[in-house]
Amino acid sequence: MELDYILLLSALLFVIGLFVVITRKNAIMVLIGIELMLNAANLNLIAFSSYDGSLQGQIFSIFLITVAAAEAAVGLAIVVKVYNYFRTADLDKINELKG
Amino acid sequence: MVLAAGSAVFIMFTKNILYAALALMVTFLSLAVIFIFLGAEFVAITQILVYVGGILILLVFGIMLTNKTGSTQVLSLTYNKVLGFLASGALFIILFKGITLANFAALDWNKESESLEPSIAKFGQILMTDYVIAFEIIGLLLLLALIGAVRIAGKARKEADHGT
Amino acid sequence: MIAFLFFLVFFLVYALIAVYGERKISAFIQDRYGPMEVGYYGILQMIADLLKIIQKEDIIPFAADKRIFKPAPIIVFTAIFAGFAIIPLTSDFMGSEVEAGIFYLLAIVSLDVLGILMVGWGSNNKYALFGAMRAVAQIVSYEIPLGLTVVCVVMISQTLSLQEITYQQGIWWNTIDPDAQNYLFGIKALGIETTAIGGILTWNIFRVPLFLLAFVIFFIASLAESNRTPFDIPIAESELVGGFHTEYSGFRWSLIMLSEYGIMLLVSFLAVVLFLGGWNTPFPNIGSVELATWTSGTPGTFTGHLWGAFWMISKAFTLVFIQIWIRWTFPRLRLDQLMNLSWKYLTPAAIILVLLSALWRMLMI
Repeated sequence: MELDYILLLSALLFVIGLFVVITRKNAIMVLIGIELMLNAANLNLIAFSSYDGSLQGQIFSIFLITVAAAEAAVGLAIVVKVYNYFRTADLDKINELKG
Repeated sequence: MVLAAGSAVFIMFTKNILYAALALMVTFLSLAVIFIFLGAEFVAITQILVYVGGILILLVFGIMLTNKTGSTQVLSLTYNKVLGFLASGALFIILFKGITLANFAALDWNKESESLEPSIAKFGQILMTDYVIAFEIIGLLLLLALIGAVRIAGKARKEADHGT
Repeated sequence: MIAFLFFLVFFLVYALIAVYGERKISAFIQDRYGPMEVGYYGILQMIADLLKIIQKEDIIPFAADKRIFKPAPIIVFTAIFAGFAIIPLTSDFMGSEVEAGIFYLLAIVSLDVLGILMVGWGSNNKYALFGAMRAVAQIVSYEIPLGLTVVCVVMISQTLSLQEITYQQGIWWNTIDPDAQNYLFGIKALGIETTAIGGILTWNIFRVPLFLLAFVIFFIASLAESNRTPFDIPIAESELVGGFHTEYSGFRWSLIMLSEYGIMLLVSFLAVVLFLGGWNTPFPNIGSVELATWTSGTPGTFTGHLWGAFWMISKAFTLVFIQIWIRWTFPRLRLDQLMNLSWKYLTPAAIILVLLSALWRMLMI
């Protein structure tokens, strides 16, 4: 697998994630899009790490997976709490800051 | 690779959130397979463990907890499709040009880095010697995120007798 | 490829034996006879059950989500069966020699959770959904003590590959690592070399006596992973209302049952490899009565394979028997007691064990 194809795949995944974040209204879909973007970045890192022969990319991608997990957990906690308050997960309707 | 791209496109177009989450699982698994082909076994298994076994389950729980119970189909339509296509299409064209025009073999850092045989023993050594500070900070970050998530999503102390 | 076919056939035969064994053992524990009609002493009962299940009508509820309902049992079964790929049956017979053996197994168990979630959601039945969510919560909570005890073993053995861990627990260690030595209780300072003695003295529960506690924690966590009593809240609901597999009948249900027995066998194999010596023999070489070399052939020869497989399978079946025995002896834990046990008792115990194993490892250098 040449480097270019994998980088193209990661660019494609990133752009699809961006599309999902822009066009969806449900909060959880937005989270799915963000995870997709993070995965695309991971793929990029691993591709370069294998092209290069050093392990630096792999280590960074382990940290990245960890950070993504932490952020998804906190994000979901927030979404669940917001749903409990507003009774809807629709991002367009959640437009009041003061409770 | 085709599977990864295909399932990502499915996420883009489907209306049902649960199908999107399952397509995300397929994407994660195919990415893990690609990682194995690129020689990164440890990262691939970590990806399955953390993403599929952790984050995806959190997402599915989130879907179940945030829709009005009773209907099985949780729909989420796409809005502003034209603008979305324009924005992502433009970004994709920029990245495409960048990738195809770049000459990766001529970069300086490529020639300078040491070439190690990727193996788990070496991976562990490097993690503990060169990158130990980042490692500790990530541990701290996870602890903070865990405490934060529990504090945000937890119920008040008085209602401590819920079932699930 | 050979390993794949072998494990598939072995798994199916084991499932038959295990279900029959469970019915008989439960019968004897409850002071009755069990299946006695079909065949002599009820042996052909399982064949009769198999025929019945295969020719049942495949009912899919009208309101169920077909696209999730149909592949869900297949995903559960595939995830568990994929875990058999890295179990070393004998010294040479392994599905795939991945360097990150145990780590892969932990990931596979996590994959199984998603299958169960799909099973529950696809049924479009709120009891099934409750059962599935409880099952997921239980499995995810017990993965932590499981993973931590595995980390203890990995720290002592310094390798993630299951084959190497088994080699370290027997008399054949020097065939892959010429200057390795096993010491009594692993402490180098005592100076009693046990590599040549072999047998039960080199098993991991003797190399590091702390591992007796780690083994107990691992065993309890593995019972919870396979949804067996005393942790079978997700399936016990079948005695109350419905479990997470209520809407499944016929062949699909048998796949789910098969995967429950499969994960029992998988964690038994894992416990045997990690703690009880894998395919090594339990008899030690005492002086000139060389029981160990008599009861295990040299690795690579045909008798070596036979002895290795014999020890491995018999130890695993003993553990499965203990699991079945426990099922019919203890009452079921309530959900909050279950969560209590995992988070308040097992996880801190496992964390302390990790610390102590690290200290023990320092004594082994």
